[in-house]
Amino acid sequence: MADSQAPRKAKKNPLSDGQGGLAALLISPTMAVILFVVGLPILMSIRESVFRTNEGVDPNTGMVSQGESFVGLQNFTDIFANPSLVTGNWGSIDRLLNSFINTTWFTIACVTLETILGVAMALIMAKAFKGRGLVRAAILVPWAIPTIVSAKMWGLIFAADGVMNKVIGQQILWLADGPQSQWAIIIADVWKTAPFIGLLTLAGLQTIPAEVYEAAKVDGASAWQQFTRITLPMVKPALVVAVLFRTLDTMRMFDLPAGMIGFGKYFVETVSTLAYVENNNLRYGSAAAYSIILFVYIVFVAFLFVRLLGADVVGDDEVRAIADQRKRQKAAAKASGTKAKLAKTTVTSGSASS
Amino acid sequence: MTQPRTTRRVIAAALTVGALLATAACSAAPAASPAATGGTATAAGANWDEVGPIVYAQGKDTSGNLKAQIDQWNTENPNEKVTFRELSDSADEQRAEMIKRGQSKSGEFTVMSVDVVWTAEFAANGWLQELPSDKFSTEGFLKAAVDSATYFNKLYAMPSSSDGALLYYRKDLLDKASAQPPVTWDEMQAVCDKVLPGQSGMSCYGGQFQKYEGLTCNFAEAINSAGGAVLNAEGKPTVNTPEAVAGLTWMVEGFKSGKIPKEAITWKEEDSRQAFEASKILFLRNWPYVWNISNGPKSKISGKIAVAPIPGKTGPGVSTLGGHSYGISTFAKNKGTAMKWINWMLRPENQKQQLQKASSAPVLESLYADPELIEQFPYLPMLLKSIQNAKPRPKAVAYGDVTLAIQDAAYAALQGQKDPQTALNDLQTKLESLIK
Repeated sequence: MADSQAPRKAKKNPLSDGQGGLAALLISPTMAVILFVVGLPILMSIRESVFRTNEGVDPNTGMVSQGESFVGLQNFTDIFANPSLVTGNWGSIDRLLNSFINTTWFTIACVTLETILGVAMALIMAKAFKGRGLVRAAILVPWAIPTIVSAKMWGLIFAADGVMNKVIGQQILWLADGPQSQWAIIIADVWKTAPFIGLLTLAGLQTIPAEVYEAAKVDGASAWQQFTRITLPMVKPALVVAVLFRTLDTMRMFDLPAGMIGFGKYFVETVSTLAYVENNNLRYGSAAAYSIILFVYIVFVAFLFVRLLGADVVGDDEVRAIADQRKRQKAAAKASGTKAKLAKTTVTSGSASS
Repeated sequence: MTQPRTTRRVIAAALTVGALLATAACSAAPAASPAATGGTATAAGANWDEVGPIVYAQGKDTSGNLKAQIDQWNTENPNEKVTFRELSDSADEQRAEMIKRGQSKSGEFTVMSVDVVWTAEFAANGWLQELPSDKFSTEGFLKAAVDSATYFNKLYAMPSSSDGALLYYRKDLLDKASAQPPVTWDEMQAVCDKVLPGQSGMSCYGGQFQKYEGLTCNFAEAINSAGGAVLNAEGKPTVNTPEAVAGLTWMVEGFKSGKIPKEAITWKEEDSRQAFEASKILFLRNWPYVWNISNGPKSKISGKIAVAPIPGKTGPGVSTLGGHSYGISTFAKNKGTAMKWINWMLRPENQKQQLQKASSAPVLESLYADPELIEQFPYLPMLLKSIQNAKPRPKAVAYGDVTLAIQDAAYAALQGQKDPQTALNDLQTKLESLIK
């Protein structure tokens, strides 16, 4: 393969098989739509975030001064320069900071519990037993319910004289603004989305060949050893993607706090709901700024996932194979002290020069 | 740097763009900033002779009465057709739809059903047409309702329905103890002391204390009923006066002493109604809609309840005013038709129908004395007293911020995180910065 390299243009994309022009043409309508519905709003949000609606009221007529004025980065820096203090779970701190910590806390707590429960669900669903279909369906039902519906439903469960208090035999005011309302959110979110992790993990589990377990059994591996040495490593690619999706999704949590607990509750206010409230109060500048902060935060976390955990969101064997090949070639080149000749063709489609 | 990793990173970034979509959608609503000329349209600028089809926007018409009335108008006036744009039944969404039109200077909604607390905001932004008194007569209207549609001494909307708080009570239990419905807080306490010992699991009083708009209403009522005011006559905040503190203290003491059940901190209107029907409270502060339900065939306490005006510190209490008004968009065409239709909708016979079919309280004072209506709605005389005595919530342009500040203070005090004086001092500072 490598010896078929004719000297061509030096900077040719090694992944290209020479159909780039056609490909660009074919995806251009989609790209145009994406630019229009994603790119444009983002640019407009960024522009909006450096403006602020004028708020002054004319003392004689009562009319507000119209328009917006450019404020630079004030919408972002107000968190330090001009904090509006609220009292939530984390003491008396700025409202944006409070919602930011809430968002982070919900993400960590929810995703951790969901992962544990989800993997447990997947293990159960993967077993062959009587009534497996029924169990699978039952586990997946919560995932099929729209979040806003489950928010309202859990709102009824968590009401002062609701089912939850009857079951635990205590009078906890879940829906009041307090630490308990955070747990109400976490419970409802875990209930709804653990099946999602379960489902993706189940798909990963089913790709593990039974022979591996048989071999392990023959070698006398305990169930726990099988789980930690075989199941977990082999299911990891699927699990990491599931966790990544859930993390990004939980970070922009809106429906549950909004639908179940309500707006303006500092114990459960997330960056999304805060941006909504700001928007509702006609402060589009700060609403856009908060959305952008959340956006950057989400991109950052996604980047960390890809970087540290090697989340493979594409799952493309070809791309992975090329990467491995290049790695091997580099290592070999380093060992022999020559310049690396990198793989320049797709693996599965044969030689590109033909 | 290897190529596949870059690809992966690009894809991960593209994924997160999707995440932003959701958040961007929340904030990108009004992309165009209105030009600096808004808010200058005056009553003189409106053409009240222009007629033609118009659009009326309001929340869900659950009873179907509005559609019937509009159909009747359309048959009688085929050239001045009214189209009904039914909005969501969530008040926030209705407001958002109207604001969108206002900011883009769209006259799509000729007439809008404006909640009393939005009047100031809409008027101050120049979205509502000022209504000249020679075209719109408010004679015979409830004074409080007209006041709620007025901003800086100008009428910006015509009141269409009103609302006031009532004190519902268990007549059967009060009669058994031969007690009279209370006029003051102390009397209410005395009645409770008399009645409650024989009732297990029943508390004295309940209202709406969850952190939402209902808390603002209940808080304002407590303050006003103790002789205080959220804003004084000049529109300046006065929430840290001794009277206001006495009002909030009464609420806080209610929770502390158990007179108000603990779970009431999570109650909205419906929760409190259900608690009343489950005999968990003897007295309930709520809106008129409760009457038909709690006295209806499905209620456990049907026929056992009665209403009174809400109590106060030294005399009858002061209710918070609710209700809606018809506002005309500054940017709309065919204001002549809008004027005619609004005045037609406000005729006594239409108002009467509105009460009978949709249980929404009329704005014409005379209807509260109509014997036919009183037979059907025995609470009407009480409601009239309540509304006559009622005070509107603060007329603030930034009402969303004002009401949240009030809820912050009241909720912290009710939960015992702050004592009433501290909570109200904080609120005073906050309101002074919000209302200039």
